[in-house]
Amino acid sequence: MVSKEFFADKKICILGDRDGIPGPAIAECMQTVGGEILFTSTECFV
Amino acid sequence: MDMANQARIKETAEKYGTDKVVVILGGAEAESAGLTAETVIAGDPTYAGPLTNVALGLPVYHIFELKDLIDPQVYEDQISMMEMVLNVEEIITEMSDIRSQYQDG
Repeated sequence: MVSKEFFADKKICILGDRDGIPGPAIAECMQTVGGEILFTSTECFV
Repeated sequence: MDMANQARIKETAEKYGTDKVVVILGGAEAESAGLTAETVIAGDPTYAGPLTNVALGLPVYHIFELKDLIDPQVYEDQISMMEMVLNVEEIITEMSDIRSQYQDG
């Protein structure tokens, strides 16, 4: 599995799911991991 | 995966390089998460969007897979409730299967 170091210099694209984990919740989590969040989106698969 | 997000991912990968971009998913079901993962690795399997025949090979993970890296309190606040209602095991297995199908795992 990946380590925190892997994310350190990465650009992060977040594709959340309205019925799963929404984008902003993922963004909150990724801020504690590292990397730069470029965009956050919440898709709807219905 | 919707067309607008395919376009954004494509532009981002072209701008920063495929070795610098990572995609993190929050899909509710293994199948939808798997399809999105496949799209950013191998191209749009539905041949409908901007990533059709574009194999970016991007690293892609579901947020459930990164639990051990995330601050426990933040994970608890943001994710744990959905963790109880979604099939975490199935989603993680699907993500792993898709990655090993196209990448090193």
